[in-house]
Amino acid sequence: MVETPKVKIQANNFNVFFGKNQVVKSLNMEVYSNEILGIIGPANSGKTTFLKTLNRLNDLDDDFRMEGSILLDGRDINSQFDVIDLRKKVSIIFAMPLPLPISIFDNVAYGPKMHGIKKGLDEIVERSLKAAYIWEEVKDRLHESALNLSGGQQQRLCIARSLAIEPEVVLFDEPCSGLDPISTAKVEEAMMELKKKYTIILVTNNVKQAARVSDRVAFFLMGELIELDSTEKMFTNPSNKKTIDYISGRFG
Amino acid sequence: MKKLKEFIIEKAIFLSGSLSIIFVVLIFVFLVKEGVLFFKYVPPKDFLMGNNWYPLSTPEQFGMLPLILGSLLVTIGSMLISIPLGVACAFYIAEVVNPKFKDILKTGVELLAAIPSVVIGFVGMITLVPWVKSIFNLPTGLTALSGSIMLAFMAMPTIVSIAEDAITAVPRRYKEAALALGATHWQAMYKVIIVAAAPGIFAAVMLGVGRVIGETMAVMMITGNAAVIPHTFLEPVRTLTATIAAEMGESIRGSNHYYALFVVGIILFIITFIINFVADVFLHRIKK
Repeated sequence: MVETPKVKIQANNFNVFFGKNQVVKSLNMEVYSNEILGIIGPANSGKTTFLKTLNRLNDLDDDFRMEGSILLDGRDINSQFDVIDLRKKVSIIFAMPLPLPISIFDNVAYGPKMHGIKKGLDEIVERSLKAAYIWEEVKDRLHESALNLSGGQQQRLCIARSLAIEPEVVLFDEPCSGLDPISTAKVEEAMMELKKKYTIILVTNNVKQAARVSDRVAFFLMGELIELDSTEKMFTNPSNKKTIDYISGRFG
Repeated sequence: MKKLKEFIIEKAIFLSGSLSIIFVVLIFVFLVKEGVLFFKYVPPKDFLMGNNWYPLSTPEQFGMLPLILGSLLVTIGSMLISIPLGVACAFYIAEVVNPKFKDILKTGVELLAAIPSVVIGFVGMITLVPWVKSIFNLPTGLTALSGSIMLAFMAMPTIVSIAEDAITAVPRRYKEAALALGATHWQAMYKVIIVAAAPGIFAAVMLGVGRVIGETMAVMMITGNAAVIPHTFLEPVRTLTATIAAEMGESIRGSNHYYALFVVGIILFIITFIINFVADVFLHRIKK
């Protein structure tokens, strides 16, 4: 690790409030380009909130208020980005697979079409489905409803759908919480491949999953970032007592 | 003892449940019984396709086509107005307006449903009819257009209220998914939310149609009640409902005219039945 990694996302003294509750507390951290950053921590530790702030989905909530700043490529996501452009660059995969009630092809083509792309949709759809490791399973039934797919396939379809808009950062919010081990393995395989092109942030309740796929791991507790280090260091020799407790607690 | 109580409750619920079906069947049987006699005197073809409705002249003529067309014209007109307005209003209330005003707005729209139809007819007669007359330079303002506009007001609360419920019931996750892909609010609305809420919106529209086609008082007051075949919206028309309401009191019990009005009732019944049936089939297909 001689070369200094390029900073993709930077949070500076970042706070989030919902009404009177402070959900994220003075967070300072960096996410590097082309890494998988795993975020672990118990429920209510602000992981998902932080994730949703990155593409401003929290804006939908009337109680939401934030302080501090988040920079993407050095530009403030709130003041220096149009929200639509931001969401094109930073796409998100939800915990529950959420295919739209239309065909497989249309699900993937939905994003590009919306952004005014009319030509080459076939190639975009094929490329995206291949990147999400689902092409072989659906190539013969692209025009069937996406709702007929299994849960694991739906989740990979959602990944393909996000890739179709050619984002730079892909956020995963507990993408495997509802999936069986085989589907989980396929989604993880897709993630490992994706990091060559994209920056990935993975929020997960599954500590083992974070250990398997992440380059670095961040541990959140009650809205605070407790520790952030390379996966190896976090799981073998973490410096904070709370991290040890959490990780070892989960491992039994 | 407990068993007896259960038994009584079960039977009571069964009775109330079946009563509503029995009532519908009885009403239909009664209508058919009274109406079918009519066809002994007038062949069905003359009745359905005849152009002239002169029940009191000699010889009597019972051509129902003008009435059917009158009902259709007024219904289509009011739907053309109330569907776009109603659905847009539902979207506004469900998606756009500041949540603080949402309840006020919805209650306001629903209050519109509480206005008795005779009052709507009265207001239309005093305000709208003279406008229609002067704007289009017509001999009379009592036209299908006036009827359509006032009936649109009556269909609006139904459409807005039910469509708004359907839109609000769309899981927020759908909207988030669309927004997360970089959709604008408008793109999320018309590509995703409308698709997901379509069955509910369709049901809302169908109930609105049902309300309009069965409405009597307001149309009787402001459509002019001329039983002639209409060619444009700017002519007086007479609807099926208004015909029954206006003439039933004057017809002699047992006369051809009396039976003819029952047949009009049957036709109305069949039309509403078809509307409900179509709505039902459509809803079930979407569910699958």
